[in-house]
Amino acid sequence: MRLSGRGVRCVRGGREVFSGLDFDAAAGEALAVVGANGTGKTSLLRMIAGLLTIAAGSIGLEGGDSELTLAEQAHYLGHRDALKPALSVIENLAFWRDFLGGAAFDARQSLAAVGLDHAVHLPAAYLSAGQRRRLSIARLLALRRPIWLLDEPTNALDVAGQSMFARLMADHLSRGGLIVAATHAPLGVPARELRIGGAA
Amino acid sequence: MTALGALMSRDIRIALRVGGGALIGVLFFLTVVVLMPFAVGPDLALLTRLGPAILWLGALLASLLTLDRLFMADHDDGSLDLIVMSRTPLELACAAKALAHWLAAGLPLVIATPVLGLLLNLDAVSTAAVALTLLAGTPALTFTGMIGAALAVTLHRGGLLLAVLVLPLSIPVLIFGVAASQAAITGLSFGAPFSILCALSLVSFVIGPFAAAASLRHGLD
Repeated sequence: MRLSGRGVRCVRGGREVFSGLDFDAAAGEALAVVGANGTGKTSLLRMIAGLLTIAAGSIGLEGGDSELTLAEQAHYLGHRDALKPALSVIENLAFWRDFLGGAAFDARQSLAAVGLDHAVHLPAAYLSAGQRRRLSIARLLALRRPIWLLDEPTNALDVAGQSMFARLMADHLSRGGLIVAATHAPLGVPARELRIGGAA
Repeated sequence: MTALGALMSRDIRIALRVGGGALIGVLFFLTVVVLMPFAVGPDLALLTRLGPAILWLGALLASLLTLDRLFMADHDDGSLDLIVMSRTPLELACAAKALAHWLAAGLPLVIATPVLGLLLNLDAVSTAAVALTLLAGTPALTFTGMIGAALAVTLHRGGLLLAVLVLPLSIPVLIFGVAASQAAITGLSFGAPFSILCALSLVSFVIGPFAAAASLRHGLD
């Protein structure tokens, strides 16, 4: 499996953000997208996820499931955590697992893996920022997908949370997964660097 | 199918919990209809004549009141990104969301109608006719309103814009809904306007999800 982009150009609001961007990532590899604020890290992730149109160039996946699109084989962990405050922790997670479809795992085990198993029935409204992030990460575990698109994944996580997430990413890579992460902090797993927009 | 079922049960659950929109619509409907006899005065014959129109206007405004939440909440918390990325076609996801919204916010209006009919001096036949036309017509309000909700999704405080976009589309539904109710009361042919009302609903089931999905895809960019 190989994710690659050729000559990718990004235009937001009539202004060019970046152009001529080439990148490659193979199965078992992590790609850390780095760059100053506003250079288009989030836009690149959203283009891979199929949420933004690619102004020029192409992004493709070789060797994935040919029945599914790139977006359907990817998990997107964005700034906004896609949680409903009115639903409990387990309800939030079970909904995404059932709605997104695919090889599903036990929701409680995923919650235990991110250290939220003590708050299973707590409404998500009462979670702290770090706990909300942990619950979003549990979504990546409850449903197996080969590609993880992570937008500053360790934001709001405490030190223990960051090392927990580094372990989960290492597991994912060792199973032949692929990670593209936009980040300012070190990822915690060996990653190739993709710099956008010159020196930060 | 499980994906759509999961989406519908989530939306209904959120709507029925504290802070959800389901009760707001019914309460608004109740308020509008209860105030009407005080504004019109104690003329029972006049109330009977205006009754179906008042109930239909109340239901229309009540359904507009909660429609802006249909996609806005999912857009604001990032759920919409994941829904767009999922293996479920966006058109079907839109239809499931609209159906869930109607079950949580539209159906209670129909159920409340017999109680409110008493306040407007409507007899059993007239009340049943209005309830039946609302049952056939309110899905059309939800499914056409969904288009406006999808267009206004990226605008904060898009509620008023939604009303301006959606009201012209709901005029035919209002006309034939009230016409069918009046026909049942005055003994004219109920079938013709009621069939047109049902046809409007069916057309909106087809067009609504496609138009909403197209404007959502465009709006995300």
